[in-house]
Amino acid sequence: MTETQKALVPRPTALELFDGPVTDASLRRYLEGIPGVDAVGLEQRAANLGSRSIKTTSKKWALDKIIELIDLTTLEGADTPGKVRSLVAKAITPDASDSSTPRVAAVCVYGDMVPYAVEALGVHHAKGTDSGINVAAVATAFPSGRASLAIKLSDTADAVDAGADEIDMVIDRGAFLSGRYGQVYDEIVAVKEACRRSDGSYAHLKVILETGELNTYDNVRRASWLAILAGGDFIKTSTGKVAPAATLPVTLSMLEVVRDWHRLTGEKIGVKPAGGIRTSKDAIKYLVTVAETVGEEWLQPHLFRFGASSLLNDVLLQRQKMTTGHYSGADYVTID
Amino acid sequence: MSFLDYAPAPESTAILNLKSDYGLFINGEFVDGHGTPFATISPATEKTIATIASANDEDVDRAVAAARRAYDKTWSRMSGADRGKYLFRIARLVQERARELAVAESLDNGKPIKESRDVDVPLVAAWFFYYAGWADKLDYAGAGANPASLGVAGQIIPWNFPLLMLAWKIAPALAAGNTVVLKPAETTPLTALLFAEILQQADLPPGVVNIVTGAGATGSAIVNHPDVNKVAFTGSTNVGRGIARAIAGTDKRVTLELGGKAANIVFDDAPIDQAIEGIVNGIFFNQGHVCCAGSRLLVQESIHDEVVDRLKERLSTLRLGDPLDKNTDIGAVNSAAQLDRIRTLSDIGEAEGAERWSPDCVIPTDGFWFPPTIFTNVSTSHRIARDEVFGPVLSVLTFRTPAEAIAKANNTPYGLSAGIWSDKGSRILAVADKLRAGVIWANTFNRFDPASPFGGYKESGYGREGGRHGLAAYLKPAGTARTVTASPASDATDSAITTTKESAK
Repeated sequence: MTETQKALVPRPTALELFDGPVTDASLRRYLEGIPGVDAVGLEQRAANLGSRSIKTTSKKWALDKIIELIDLTTLEGADTPGKVRSLVAKAITPDASDSSTPRVAAVCVYGDMVPYAVEALGVHHAKGTDSGINVAAVATAFPSGRASLAIKLSDTADAVDAGADEIDMVIDRGAFLSGRYGQVYDEIVAVKEACRRSDGSYAHLKVILETGELNTYDNVRRASWLAILAGGDFIKTSTGKVAPAATLPVTLSMLEVVRDWHRLTGEKIGVKPAGGIRTSKDAIKYLVTVAETVGEEWLQPHLFRFGASSLLNDVLLQRQKMTTGHYSGADYVTID
Repeated sequence: MSFLDYAPAPESTAILNLKSDYGLFINGEFVDGHGTPFATISPATEKTIATIASANDEDVDRAVAAARRAYDKTWSRMSGADRGKYLFRIARLVQERARELAVAESLDNGKPIKESRDVDVPLVAAWFFYYAGWADKLDYAGAGANPASLGVAGQIIPWNFPLLMLAWKIAPALAAGNTVVLKPAETTPLTALLFAEILQQADLPPGVVNIVTGAGATGSAIVNHPDVNKVAFTGSTNVGRGIARAIAGTDKRVTLELGGKAANIVFDDAPIDQAIEGIVNGIFFNQGHVCCAGSRLLVQESIHDEVVDRLKERLSTLRLGDPLDKNTDIGAVNSAAQLDRIRTLSDIGEAEGAERWSPDCVIPTDGFWFPPTIFTNVSTSHRIARDEVFGPVLSVLTFRTPAEAIAKANNTPYGLSAGIWSDKGSRILAVADKLRAGVIWANTFNRFDPASPFGGYKESGYGREGGRHGLAAYLKPAGTARTVTASPASDATDSAITTTKESAK
């Protein structure tokens, strides 16, 4: 991506903001000075946004947009090259019965599956551009993040070498919850550096906060700031392995941080809710929340993604319904 | 296309089954009125919805007589458990016909369908359910064992929450064993008349609830009727004052819920995003036609600019337009007269030197509309900081310390509600203790619940509605004769409330 090439490590705007080196103490002062979140009010606002009524032409547009924003995901211990090839085929041709169907933004796989994904994509591999499908790899001892830094970095570098365009890393929630913000920060900075390719460009870095383990909205907000300060291109809610995964209030809260960061620096950070978004109806609520919180400009693969697997087929069913006027059934869309 | 130009999503009016003319609801049936009928219009289109009968003095007399008969013969003799059954039945019917009531309310009042659907009508049902539960437990209402009802209650309600105010008035009155003559506002009689149909459906004994429509003259006929035992009024302070004068020296009991100029206090440690939502909800909910609206924003000077910037950004996302569209945030102003008042006060605000701002929004050609408006650079002496605008107009003032915030918040002849935004619990409690307002919201605003008493200090009125306190306004201790002007126990209750509140100073 052209924008990531300019990114330095750590984020230069963060250094300006801190007016000096980023230390554990300065991070703590900064993060603890961020205004708190009132849970009741946040959830009420999310519920209100969720009650928007998106019909007819707006719904049609939204359904196509959702597909364009999906990171089609398989993250199973049982993943095989065959499963990944099948996933890639689905990503390229989501609906065999309708060639006007847009393609998804990326496929998201474990690091060791990256070569098979790249191979299966062939000419459709976007390689970080906007035309085609990108390969995202989870890294840094996903999903727990419980490994030494060296392991996490080589996990990352491996995936990048194998051709991953995007890295979905997990933060060290243990370090975060015990207040070692500096450690979390340093780790993100180091992983960002490990995303650097031999030609000097960077794989896109998504930072997974695992909000289900952070538990409070105040923590989510602090972790969001931390991830952005350290140089994350995207902040992502969850691994999908911990419940609750993405929720609308959590995503709203992260979008508010992204909006504030943009207000402060002019930089645009992406947001990726992942896990638990299974229906078109839910996904549309997220589109509304994005558009009314950070602006419609964020509704592009550069700045917003859904991490999902079963969502795609529900959207396709809805899409078929809008085209033909009647509902079909699960057997009229393909499984991957 | 722009996604944010959401495609129209109007709620259909096909669910309504309206008549072209509505009579008065007296003694369980619709009868002709003897005043000059008037039209009720949709404020969003200015189109006539229906013609409504107007009650003259004789009609009111007939309604009060019907209520008296029903009181003497049926309602006051019925067991609390049986009265409760009727109230439960009404509550369920309101739920069953919720969508219809919401559409009618938005059509007649101009408020967005999402508010009538998600706030007004569910609360109406909740109010009836809540007081249905009280009907056979009045011994525990605070007036001693076997408390007595008052008799015939004359109730006059405003146009801002037509059906909800009806529920606030009728539910406790009936639960306590009183019968009712109710007058809805002349610009919003529609849902009260649909409610009369619900009463027929519920088979409520004739005369227990009578609904008479009309203008101010009808209202004063109720207030001045010698056989009315209790007057309950929600509306402007001016009219409330007239009612207090009219009943002075009689043995009628009275509760008044009047105007407000609530302070919404935002401290520098507030959860800022939720505070912005709360400010918006505080003043732009129901087009600002809310007596407890947070119309004075008191923001700590250190975060003034940030709050105003964020507020402006947020206001730019509000959608003004067709009240029946499910995505509308701001509907129509209820009447031409109210629009005039909002315009006049806003112009005065500008003339007095306050800075006026509204987002770009397209104002429909027909109907009565006013864009969400904020005034900055407002000082306490400006009229927009003192007078109740009752519209989508927010005055922003600043303070430096909690003491100054409290002083400014209390510096108003009103005292209905207030809001406090802070992450510090001890500060919220300390400030709430010193605010002279009947309702104080902390880190939220405009939240209502049937179990929570609501009412004002000073020129915001007397008495409480809602909760156990709301029953006190419709009960007297056992054995109290009707001619006794002030019942000791109810005085004790009233002064107990006052003492608790006053001691908070």
